Amino acid sequence: MIRKLTLLAAAGMLAVSPALAADKVKIGYVTTITTPAGVIGKDVVDAVNLALKDIGGKMAGLPVELFMEDDGFKPAIGKQKTDKLVKQNKVDFVAGYLWSHVLLASRKSALDAGKFLISANAGPSQIAGKLCHENFFSTSWQNDQTPMAMGEVLNQKGVKSLYVMAPNYAAGKNMVAGVERTFKGKIIGKDLTKWGKDAQLDFSAELAKAKASGAEGIFIFYPGKAGGAFIKQYEQAGLRGKIPLYSVFTVDSIALPKLQKAKMDGVMGSVMTQFWAPDLDTPQNKKFVSGFKKAFGRYPSFYAAQAYDSIYLIKSAVEAVGGDMTNMDGMRAAMVAATFPSVRGEFTYGNNHFPIQNFYSREVVEDADGVWTTAIRKVILKDHQDPYAKDCKM
Amino acid sequence: MDWTLFVTQMLNGLQLGVLLFLLASGLTLIFGVMDFVNLAHGSLYMVGAYFCASLTDFTGSFVLAVLLALPLTALVGLAVEFIVIRRLYARDHLDHVLATFGLILCFDTAVQFLWGPEGMAIALPAVLDGQVEILPEIVFPTFRLLIIAVGLVVALGLYVVVTRTRAGMLIRAGASNRTMVAALGIDIQRLFALVFAAGSAMAGLAGMMIAPITEASIGMGNEIIIIAFVVIIIGGIGSIKGAFVAAVLVGLIDTMGRSFLDTLLKVVVSDQNAETAAPALSAMLIYILMAAILAFQPQGLFPPKGR
Amino acid sequence: MDRITAFSPRGWSMTVALSLLALLPIYVAVTGQTFYLDLASRLMILGMAAVSLNLILGNGGMISFGHAAYLGIGAYCVGIPAYYGIYDGLIQIPLAVACSALFALVTGAICLRTKGVYFIMITMAFTQMVFYGFVSMEEFGGDDGLVIDLRSQFAGLLDIEGATGLYYFILISLLAVLFLVYRITRSRFGMVIEGARANERRMQAIGYDTYRYRLVCYVIAGAICGYAGALLGNFTHFISPEMMDWTASGELIFMVVLGGTGTLFGPVLGAAAFVLLEEWLSTITIYWQFLFGALLIAVVLFWRGGINGFVDWAADQIPGRIITRTRDWIRRAPWRQRS
Repeated sequence: MIRKLTLLAAAGMLAVSPALAADKVKIGYVTTITTPAGVIGKDVVDAVNLALKDIGGKMAGLPVELFMEDDGFKPAIGKQKTDKLVKQNKVDFVAGYLWSHVLLASRKSALDAGKFLISANAGPSQIAGKLCHENFFSTSWQNDQTPMAMGEVLNQKGVKSLYVMAPNYAAGKNMVAGVERTFKGKIIGKDLTKWGKDAQLDFSAELAKAKASGAEGIFIFYPGKAGGAFIKQYEQAGLRGKIPLYSVFTVDSIALPKLQKAKMDGVMGSVMTQFWAPDLDTPQNKKFVSGFKKAFGRYPSFYAAQAYDSIYLIKSAVEAVGGDMTNMDGMRAAMVAATFPSVRGEFTYGNNHFPIQNFYSREVVEDADGVWTTAIRKVILKDHQDPYAKDCKM
Repeated sequence: MDWTLFVTQMLNGLQLGVLLFLLASGLTLIFGVMDFVNLAHGSLYMVGAYFCASLTDFTGSFVLAVLLALPLTALVGLAVEFIVIRRLYARDHLDHVLATFGLILCFDTAVQFLWGPEGMAIALPAVLDGQVEILPEIVFPTFRLLIIAVGLVVALGLYVVVTRTRAGMLIRAGASNRTMVAALGIDIQRLFALVFAAGSAMAGLAGMMIAPITEASIGMGNEIIIIAFVVIIIGGIGSIKGAFVAAVLVGLIDTMGRSFLDTLLKVVVSDQNAETAAPALSAMLIYILMAAILAFQPQGLFPPKGR
Repeated sequence: MDRITAFSPRGWSMTVALSLLALLPIYVAVTGQTFYLDLASRLMILGMAAVSLNLILGNGGMISFGHAAYLGIGAYCVGIPAYYGIYDGLIQIPLAVACSALFALVTGAICLRTKGVYFIMITMAFTQMVFYGFVSMEEFGGDDGLVIDLRSQFAGLLDIEGATGLYYFILISLLAVLFLVYRITRSRFGMVIEGARANERRMQAIGYDTYRYRLVCYVIAGAICGYAGALLGNFTHFISPEMMDWTASGELIFMVVLGGTGTLFGPVLGAAAFVLLEEWLSTITIYWQFLFGALLIAVVLFWRGGINGFVDWAADQIPGRIITRTRDWIRRAPWRQRS
């Protein structure tokens, strides 16, 4: 009886779903709005709204409906929200995901339901490799790539020994693995610290160890607010000028205003690697950065840039099929082609649907208005593909 | 192991210990005198930090900000006591836990509403922002030394107040027999409010001391409050001396665990596993210590007398 | 706990509620709102956990602030075998129950030596140990948690891979747990536990070894909650140490109190209210936790009976009267009169 009803209902839904799907494009977005990491989520939300405004709120003539959900910085909640977006809101695309562990937990919910899953930040090695999926796309990078570029920078600078610190979660481990991949010197110490809702923010013991290790450099990955706290303590411990600091995803337009306010000018001129910077010279990026600054009065972060891209990627897919969202193959082919205007300029997608793109070194500078920002220096890795793509059977 | 590192880590451990003491002393007083389990004590730690951050921005002076933020935090404590806590003294611990758990949610959200999610950094005056060479080759951040000094001064002050003054006598009396104090005609309501406000101010002070290092952030009190509870349970509820001993013990264990446990673990397991397991295991050490002490000493190291 | 009969207000109101739960999949199948099935599954699982907590907290007066540990242990007992490719539910679920019971036995033996607030804190401490223990296990994902690819399999006897199958499995489990707890609380054993809460010295004076009774009760509650944890792991397809965070234990206590401590159905009602409120409030504002916290405080301050008391009252007031009258009328019916 129940089975029969289920079948009937399913048949009924199939019959009506194109009609339903055709009247709007539903996008579910999972990011972090509460907890201290909510500061990153704020950038993402702003960028998504800006992108929607820039495309006039329409894709292929259909209005876009956006469902923004908060993962609370917890994998379990992120998964729950993904389920909700898929099952209750019946979205066509699930996008967002700042954190690798949240993405790993939510992956199955979105993909099993036959939805497109678009990561606008997290790039865990598993999803680039063994767990790759035809309906997954990234508008960011695979975690290992940026620290791999940093490893090259360290080699060029002739750094011989390194002390490595990162948070103890999926992305943190990838970042450490990435720098180990390319760095030719010796890694003489490593600390993985507690992450998540109750992340460790006092690094006294670790900094003392780093100092005692006699390393020629400290490599860190501390996204969000932990980055600012780390740099502050690094300076308070008097390590500036003794052991240079090399970072990825730590000194960004979220940390810089605070560092500037606290007059931590030690951060000036510090070098990091990234696939993007506010001054990257592409038409789409100029439009994005100036639009963002005009709307919100601050520089966008790379999180914002990737989120902005994610909306344009979805738009390219919806428009390729003329708004017929039942045509998954058509939308997929359009996304694989990566023809949308990206803030990073032209790029291609690898077999695992992670971008093959350039990684630059960038430096903290003061702009014409006296605001601290980052500027591109040179290309470190050209058209770089992540090392896990070969494990992806696609 | 090189000795300069060891000494530095001892100092780091001591600094964490006195910070925990600032938090735990208020908690243990509230607990001891009123038999009240206050999970929301960590929220006052957070509120203190945010007040201090805003006032530092406003006045431009960290020291002035601390002096202003202290009474403000005490006032918030008084208000909370008046609105919610006061109605709960007669209830059981279960109600205390639940209501103060609710308070945590309220405080965290209110702070996000008022200050935004991004947290606030506190700029220190240059004098405090540097480092000093304590012994040859041992360079230590000045501000962390200040935390140690503040913690020790508060500890000493509390000791004097509790053992030498009338208020202290009442607190001690309250901790060992509440009903008797009330029966002797002491205005127990006022004593409770006073202790709560003082405890709040000390929690706030702890927040103000850590914020220039880690920034003020939402939920900053939620993890440390659990550790502060461990401290007062190990020390024995109501005992300032116990809180001090336990706080320093826990601070040292945590810091030493974080510094040396991975090296020790590498002897048994692979490097990668040691790196990831060590921080979690050192966090576990504190709870193992507590369970071990309670298994043999069900009322902690310095149990209150006369109960 | 009162005896429950079909005619008592509690009996009939719960019969209605359970019938509605049993019919929910049909509604979902018709409307296509599969999300509600998820919501109901989650609240029933948490309901089971809350029922088990209530057994020690409400009936036994042992305020455990670490009950979430068993949810986690149960879930990992599904996740870890699954990680090694063992999906057999006949291995996973007994393992979950056994590990939880064992953990309860070892920690309970120590915790129950303490009283009052020391008990609250030491139960919390043990849960923190488990929490950090799983965080440190790199192999099983550490802080990132573990994705469970397939749900438990029962050698073709049962299929819980689909949402509806799992839903009924959870519903039947909940009924079984309720029945079990009902029988326990009404047994001699249950009376001793109640007695020890009301007046421990008296029970000891009568000659009961209250420590041992409590320990057994503590182990039973742990085992039930471990079972709920195994279902939770199956349900979410994902497990992480976060399930054992101290706030998770706090939430379980809230469910019990919200529903009504020491009552049979109260914890389930509390869990339902908790899950639904969380879902509803979080759609209103991102500051929903403030409302949630304020509600918690209000419940503690002004509403000690919990939802259970309210349901009893409501059920007794209006339709309850009709039922009582009908029952009386049937009893007095002419064909039953003996002359």
